[in-house]
Amino acid sequence: MVHASSLLELTEFGFYCRRGDFYIDPWQPVNKAVITHAHADHTIAGCKTYLVSKSGENILKTRLGDEIRVQSIPYGKGIQLNGVQISLHPAGHILGSAQVRVDHQGEVWVVSGDYKIEPDQTCAPFEPLRCHTFITESTFGLPIFRWQSQDEIFDDITCWWKTNRADGKTSILFAYALGKAQRIIAGLDASIGAILTHGAVENINRCYRESGIKLPNTQYVATIEDKKAFEGALVIAPPLADSPAWTKKFHAVSKAFASGWMQIRGNRRRRNVERGFVLSDHSDWKGLTDTIFETGAENVWVTHGYAAEMVRWLNEQGLNAKAIPTRYTGEIEDTDL
Amino acid sequence: MKLFARLYTALDETTRTNAKVDALVAYFQSAPPEDAIWAINFLIGRKPRQVVPTRKLREWAAELAGIPAWLFEASYDVVGDLAETISLVLPRGNASNDMPLHIWVEQHLLPLRSKKADTQRKEIDSAWNQMDRVQRFVWNKLITGAFRVGVSHKLVTRALAQFSGIEEPVIAHRLMGNWNPDSTYYHQILSPDTNDADISRPYPFFLAYPLDQDAEMLGNVTEWQAEWKWDGIRAQVIKRENQVFIWSRGEDLITAKFPELQRAAQKLPDGTVIDGEILPWKDDRPLHFAELQRRIGRKNITRKILETAPVVLMAYDLLECDGEDVRNNEMAWRDQRLANITAQISGGRIIHSPKVNTDSWKDLAKLKDGARNRGVEGLMLKRLSSPYGVGRKRGDWWKWKIDPLTVDAVLIYAQRGHGRRSGLYTDYTFAVWDHERLVPFAKAYSGLSNDEIRQVDRFIQRHTIERFGPVRSVKPQLVFEIAFEDIRKSPRHKSGVAVRFPRIARWRTDKKIEDADSLETIRALIHD
Repeated sequence: MVHASSLLELTEFGFYCRRGDFYIDPWQPVNKAVITHAHADHTIAGCKTYLVSKSGENILKTRLGDEIRVQSIPYGKGIQLNGVQISLHPAGHILGSAQVRVDHQGEVWVVSGDYKIEPDQTCAPFEPLRCHTFITESTFGLPIFRWQSQDEIFDDITCWWKTNRADGKTSILFAYALGKAQRIIAGLDASIGAILTHGAVENINRCYRESGIKLPNTQYVATIEDKKAFEGALVIAPPLADSPAWTKKFHAVSKAFASGWMQIRGNRRRRNVERGFVLSDHSDWKGLTDTIFETGAENVWVTHGYAAEMVRWLNEQGLNAKAIPTRYTGEIEDTDL
Repeated sequence: MKLFARLYTALDETTRTNAKVDALVAYFQSAPPEDAIWAINFLIGRKPRQVVPTRKLREWAAELAGIPAWLFEASYDVVGDLAETISLVLPRGNASNDMPLHIWVEQHLLPLRSKKADTQRKEIDSAWNQMDRVQRFVWNKLITGAFRVGVSHKLVTRALAQFSGIEEPVIAHRLMGNWNPDSTYYHQILSPDTNDADISRPYPFFLAYPLDQDAEMLGNVTEWQAEWKWDGIRAQVIKRENQVFIWSRGEDLITAKFPELQRAAQKLPDGTVIDGEILPWKDDRPLHFAELQRRIGRKNITRKILETAPVVLMAYDLLECDGEDVRNNEMAWRDQRLANITAQISGGRIIHSPKVNTDSWKDLAKLKDGARNRGVEGLMLKRLSSPYGVGRKRGDWWKWKIDPLTVDAVLIYAQRGHGRRSGLYTDYTFAVWDHERLVPFAKAYSGLSNDEIRQVDRFIQRHTIERFGPVRSVKPQLVFEIAFEDIRKSPRHKSGVAVRFPRIARWRTDKKIEDADSLETIRALIHD
């Protein structure tokens, strides 16, 4: 699908700005890639240069290696590429996540990447932008997705941990290693007990701390010799760690999973965990639709998620929306992004 | 109702049996008897019939949520559960209260059915408005007649036994048959006094496990009784105080559906309870199960039905003799008494299930393998010294089924699943070759592991050709071995054949679509 006359077009490599000669979140290696955030479905290795937000630089290097060529700019500061102005603005998704604002002679496009509206102690809050064309994700773009406030969810997690602790069990909470895990750790009451981590989580923790994010003390599970220390502790691990090979080291456990998908009972049951905490770094239905209207955009391109449904609904509200097939996956249940 | 909603959540969130029993016991300890009896009623599967058409509920919920009907349907497609979809889209209520379960059921739910649509709507709006999400979900399950939770009869029985100190079999028996869900009956269930006769009450059915080991491992063949495994409706026939009651295994009273059996059972001595199978039967052999199915579907039992699909009771076991519960006597003893009783009933409607006698497991296995031609599903093995137990237990009773027929077929359509499999593409349609064309041949839902389900789901997402509402047609590429019990000609199906109990035996990753079977080979499996 080529939109030859438009400022951004979809190519086989991803979103492309012909006038500025750069790609946004390409899924094939290109010369110049502007990156919204460092989750794997938005970040491809092998590009010649990367443009990323200042606060996202560390994480991008952690994922792709120190040797990549990165230019980083603070949120809100514009740079020019062949007469096209690019600026990055907080998307509230994870540390360093950005919406990409592209402006050519007053025509403004915004690529949302992944975003959430709810505050998050570990990253800058989402910034609403005005634009003519908005390219939005739709991971949770159905009205069945309505998040409770995170305070309620954190209370639930705390309560679950305390109960397990009283029973002498280890609480294992599965959450994405990048972003979700740190958001949870930052929101926990560390005075309850020890917070332990899977290696993948600990790596990112280090990265967050180096970027100036305050997290309570955590300890990498593999460095613990005395198994007594597992009793009553909370372990944060990526969903893929949920295998007998990894969990056998803990004695009595209670397992839980934190994800927006836990909103649906079938997902919760299939996952075979005792608790499902509905906590997502994406917007719920209201977050998505409010944001879309707030941009004032007439044209809305809807990417990964429930695109067909969102597009139909937006068109019924009088907007000019269409579904754009991309290779982004959003929050998926059984992969680590 | 909060307490009951919390119980539902607790039962729903765990797969561990002990955790479920603990949750039930905790509930019985805190719930008032008026509520607890309703909880038992629903948990053991006596759900109320649907009180409001689901079409109306969808309409009302979408309106309250401020979303168009199509978006509600799209959401339902993803969630896979109507009650849950409604509970998720509704705006938060603002009149939170905690009315007891029995008040909700007796004063709101049950009277709803007889009310006019606009009154129903007002009542339901007001109910939703007073409930949180979990309560709404449970309430929706109740009003749609779809209440189900992952506890068996056995677990509820065990929890009640643990809570009351009454023995499990006594509780199980008291939960059978017709009773009113009121506090009086609740006290009766838990009463230490065991003299609580109700002449219609059936005994809990004893169920067999599928034989999952070599039959030789069962020991000496002479210690076992072998019978054909008939394909009909398992039933208990009771004759007490000159009245006949026929119960299905699903605990429906089905006496009126089988007037010829009722007449025959009138001839039984008073105080007799027989366990058996209702079979469509003509000229000394069973008709196909479909004949019985057709008959059950009819509202009125006409003379024509009685002629085309007459039934018999294939009597397996004797549970009560001369008014005495004889379930703890040995199988051999019970069978002998049963033979004496059936011998005295003329008319051939009650047949003593014939025994299949052989000297060795090998001969028995041979007979089993040839059983399809007799119109039976295989063999039943019962230990001669065994009592008649309660529920499904391993050890004394085994079903030894004929190996299923199998066919290699190609996945061509998929739809999202419901319940446990909601959200994933798990409902598949398979096709076989009709010359150069793939024709749909069977639908199957089960048989894959969770991992395989996820892989197939991903394949479907990436290889969708077209969408027809919730159904996707997918690129013909994956081949599966489909197992089924029986195959018949069917003019209603595109392929011209219909199969019974199709399921996925395994994923044939080693096969290409060219290797799938053809309609011709499948037709050859049909026998008369």
